Amino acid sequence: MPNLVEIRDLEFAYGDRKILSNLRMDFPRGKLIAVMGGSGCGKTTVLRLIGGQIRPQRGEVRVGGEVVHKLNTEGLYRLRRRMGMLFQFGALFTDLTIFENVAFPLREHTDLSEELIRNLVLMKLNAVGLRNASKLKPGEISGGMARRVAVARAIALDPELIMYDEPFAGLDPISMGLTASLIRNLNDALGSTSILVSHDVKETFAIADYVYFMSAGKIVAEGTPAELRVSTDPYVKQFVNAEPDGPVPFHYPGRSLADDLGLGAQR
Amino acid sequence: MILRFLESIGATVRESIETLGFATRAFFNLLRFSPGAFRRPTLITEQIHFIGNYSLLITIVSGLFVGLVLGLQFYVNLIEFGAEDKLGSLVALSLIRELGPVVTALLFAGRAGTSLTAEIGLMKAGEQLSAMEMMAVNPVQRVLAPRFWGGVIAMPVLAAVFSAVGIMGSYLVAVKMLSLDEGAFWSQMQAGVDVQRDVVSSIIKSFVFGIAVTFTAVFQGYHVKPTPADVARATTRTVVIASLLILGLDFIMTAMMFAQ
Repeated sequence: MPNLVEIRDLEFAYGDRKILSNLRMDFPRGKLIAVMGGSGCGKTTVLRLIGGQIRPQRGEVRVGGEVVHKLNTEGLYRLRRRMGMLFQFGALFTDLTIFENVAFPLREHTDLSEELIRNLVLMKLNAVGLRNASKLKPGEISGGMARRVAVARAIALDPELIMYDEPFAGLDPISMGLTASLIRNLNDALGSTSILVSHDVKETFAIADYVYFMSAGKIVAEGTPAELRVSTDPYVKQFVNAEPDGPVPFHYPGRSLADDLGLGAQR
Repeated sequence: MILRFLESIGATVRESIETLGFATRAFFNLLRFSPGAFRRPTLITEQIHFIGNYSLLITIVSGLFVGLVLGLQFYVNLIEFGAEDKLGSLVALSLIRELGPVVTALLFAGRAGTSLTAEIGLMKAGEQLSAMEMMAVNPVQRVLAPRFWGGVIAMPVLAAVFSAVGIMGSYLVAVKMLSLDEGAFWSQMQAGVDVQRDVVSSIIKSFVFGIAVTFTAVFQGYHVKPTPADVARATTRTVVIASLLILGLDFIMTAMMFAQ
């Protein structure tokens, strides 16, 4: 099966607030697929549905042929062992050292010897350039470094699927470039499938194989970065060129300024 | 107006019952995943060490002062009736039956309980618990259950320390400072305290308080809204709810254990 993850006719709402509607997405094996869109468009919700943290109201998400929301807790945990996820701010365990953070999944899910765990953790930390920081606590490293440690932890069990939630948010340009190349290199070196949720056009376009653009819970455009750069779609144009006004309005929808100032009534 | 008042009462009652049901389910869920935590005893022993240490100093200092005050008050009052020889037995019974378990539990709620709520709440706010779930690790089994059992086991030990230090405090004030006969102090205590009736009851009480306080703390931490403001509110709620539970349960257990 070429696709590791398939989303079909997906609908999701928090109470009455509709977040996703009629979503159809494919994530082929071995590829790095980006999901882009403005804040609050439902990108992170897609990741949470793939990870089985929330259940859809309609439609389905299949990972490796299994429908995620139909799995029981045991099945879900079995599936999650094949996934790695990077949370927006790393979500490192603040009471553990960097070393123990990366060792955490290995200790929980394997019976490896202490020596083997040590070697594996140091190799993973070496891959993200933080082998020498292994004894520090998360509070003693920068935000960019914490994100890299979280990447090392996410790949500790060599997952088939790695999900990155806003990996570039709040990073300086150097860390941003570093994280982007790390994501691409890991995808290729591990032969895994990566899903990258981001709104950072430059870094995402530089590394993604295919991009889905979302707005208000729907896919509004999709294609390779090269195709999207020359797209005439107004939403894609506004997003890629960072234009302040367009299909995504500058003003919050509601009454006009003239109405609010009482000018409309005089006319 | 009256209708709105009745409506608000109805809503409050419904909400309270809902919370109670939710907490009961959470409690049984915690018990369900406890065997998994016991399969890795180091997780629990680490927590006993950690949580016990949190409260040890405050328990010892408070126990000493309570003992000093008890010794002094009992001496001043008993000497009026020439019954100061009974001081040892009275101090020991007050501490073992009531003050040891109750005051230790109240101190524990304020010291370790708030720390547990804040720690778990901040783990949730920082997405650490979600990250754990995504790593196929159940946070109830890995985070909540070891902390819960750590607290439950630490509490009777702390209460015993409190009572022992309290007895030493009253010994200091009554025997060493006020010259009460040392032999009378200890022999009256030995004669007045019954292991089955007093010591076992005390252990049962502090065990129950341990369950009440630690469960309140981990429940409040785990079900917090992931915002700094709500973590702060949950920490306060832990102290208020745990303190009321301790006092209420103490009355019920005292009535069951000591009513003739």
